[in-house]
Amino acid sequence: MSRIDTAATGLTRRSLLATGAAVLATPMLSRRAFAQATELTMLAWYGHAEPDIVAEFEAENNVKFVPKYYTGGDNMLGLISQSPPGTFDVILSDAEYVQALNEAGYVEELDPNDYALADYFPEFQNFPGNWADGKLFSMVTRFGFLGVAYNTDALTEAEAANYNVFWDPRLTGKVGHFDWHLPNLGQMSLLNGNANPYDIDEAAWQAVKDKTMSLRPQIGGFFDYGGTFSSLNDGQMLAFCGIGDWITGVLEKSGAKVRSVIPEQGGLQWSECFSIGKDSAKADLAKKWIQYITSAKGQAKSAQMAAYPALVPNQKGWEVLNAENPDEAKRQGMTKEAGNVIDMIRAGRIKYRQWPVQQSLEDWNDFWSEYKGS
Amino acid sequence: MRRPITLYGLTFSLPLLVWQILFFVFPLLFLVALSFWTVKNFTMRPDFDTVNWTTMYGRAVFWQAYGTTFALATAASVLTSTLAFPCAYAIAFKLSDSARRWAVFLMVIPFFTSYLVRVYSWQIFLSDNGIINVILGWIGLGPFPLLNTVGATMIGYLTLSFPLVVLLQLFSLVFIDRTLIEAAHNLRCGRLRTVFAVVIPSARVGLVIAALFCFILSFGDFVSPVYLGGGEPTTLSILITDTTKSGQQWPRAAVIALTMIGTLMLVAFAAVKFAYKGKTR
Repeated sequence: MSRIDTAATGLTRRSLLATGAAVLATPMLSRRAFAQATELTMLAWYGHAEPDIVAEFEAENNVKFVPKYYTGGDNMLGLISQSPPGTFDVILSDAEYVQALNEAGYVEELDPNDYALADYFPEFQNFPGNWADGKLFSMVTRFGFLGVAYNTDALTEAEAANYNVFWDPRLTGKVGHFDWHLPNLGQMSLLNGNANPYDIDEAAWQAVKDKTMSLRPQIGGFFDYGGTFSSLNDGQMLAFCGIGDWITGVLEKSGAKVRSVIPEQGGLQWSECFSIGKDSAKADLAKKWIQYITSAKGQAKSAQMAAYPALVPNQKGWEVLNAENPDEAKRQGMTKEAGNVIDMIRAGRIKYRQWPVQQSLEDWNDFWSEYKGS
Repeated sequence: MRRPITLYGLTFSLPLLVWQILFFVFPLLFLVALSFWTVKNFTMRPDFDTVNWTTMYGRAVFWQAYGTTFALATAASVLTSTLAFPCAYAIAFKLSDSARRWAVFLMVIPFFTSYLVRVYSWQIFLSDNGIINVILGWIGLGPFPLLNTVGATMIGYLTLSFPLVVLLQLFSLVFIDRTLIEAAHNLRCGRLRTVFAVVIPSARVGLVIAALFCFILSFGDFVSPVYLGGGEPTTLSILITDTTKSGQQWPRAAVIALTMIGTLMLVAFAAVKFAYKGKTR
């Protein structure tokens, strides 16, 4: 039996153990280096902190987003109110909820000079809800239109381009509602010819209720996010009230025969805005994120978000999108051609989705419950 | 004479008591308190105001949803119990021991998958272009509207509770004293009459408890009415989600939830009383 001469190899038991320990510890060291990525909490709709949107920012800034996804503005407000200040660094909110966030003191004031507001289309530079008393509290990041969603095998675009199509006898039992009163009743208000669909007097509100009730026999169901997708995808519903390209765009990309059109009576606009959470310990990093997502590069990404596509307010973002993915830019109407989405806004065909002005939110919701139960 | 409480006895009974207090009594008390809170500008404030109770109980849509939910859950209990009984009976009395074990195993398998996934998969069968309508189309029938109907909701309730009801019925049937059945047959009682005169009364407790479980599960279910019923008619579980979408009205949702809990307790007490009626220790 031979013995290894440790003196000749220079390998002692102690040095062997030390080397072994160092080798074994290497992955732990690298793991530690990886773990040093700063965590940034984001409260948002699903999709905003997924890799297709945040991976580049995370790599560039050694950040790891920790998302908390919500399903609706009320859910969002509930999550914030039940969490201690500073829980969420970045908050994404639908525009109509920004004022509530601001009034409750849930968000920090922003400095307009920090952001590329000058690159925004003028309509979005002083976006309602983002500002209060001349102070900026939120940055609109993306938006979209709500109109008539339809099955292209069942209806032509010309037929769908009128809210009255919902009453078409061919669609009896085949019209679906996205189960939220605000977009549906807003569209009924547009159909009734109200120039400001959410700012209507009692007589106009009664007329909206009557008109909506007359649609009830046509309705095949009231659907949440998942149900809306599946019922449009399998052709169970042939037309949908209260939604737009944020749902049909995803389905269309996957080959489903559905589209959205803005009817002649006009459409509604939803808008998503980013804010910095009150008392965030990482406000600088949160600011950096908002700068990124509102920049031309970030805006092009946001427009093509895998979870749901959207329009973007940054003109330079349009340029990047047209260079990167001209087909998607054209599909969404973000080109320089006449009739693009900004032209639609300028022509007055689009109204902001907002809370009712002359009635309470509760009045609208109560009627919606009655409508569903009738 | 009552036995004194011993440390040994407490060791086994206390965890259950603590569990019940922590996860049932406290949340229930909080729910009661919450129902008296008020909401201003999307923010809930601790308060003692009966406005949520008067508002909810004053709304026709609430009572409409209550009636609908109660009727649907009752129908589901009757339908599930009726369909499950022949199945449980066959497993208990007609199968060999090994076949019975396999049957029980098959009844447990559905619980391995998510109920939500099972309900979604029903959409593939029930939609206008789904499997059932395609098959009917081959023989020149249909398409029939199957999805987004009360019938589809009922299929969802069956999916949820059928295996459990079969198992509960089975456990009561296998413990029936077989000599009673033999006696009935010896006295020239026919097979069907034996079932109604001997088997069902003997297994009454298990059958009622099984139906009660079906009622409880169906009464509070949200998934089937939404994903198979298309959200109509409005059930109490749907009304809860609607209410929370109206400016953070969790206190009003608490009123609905408490009404549901109260109803389920009353139904459970009535069912248990009926099940044990005439029984002595």
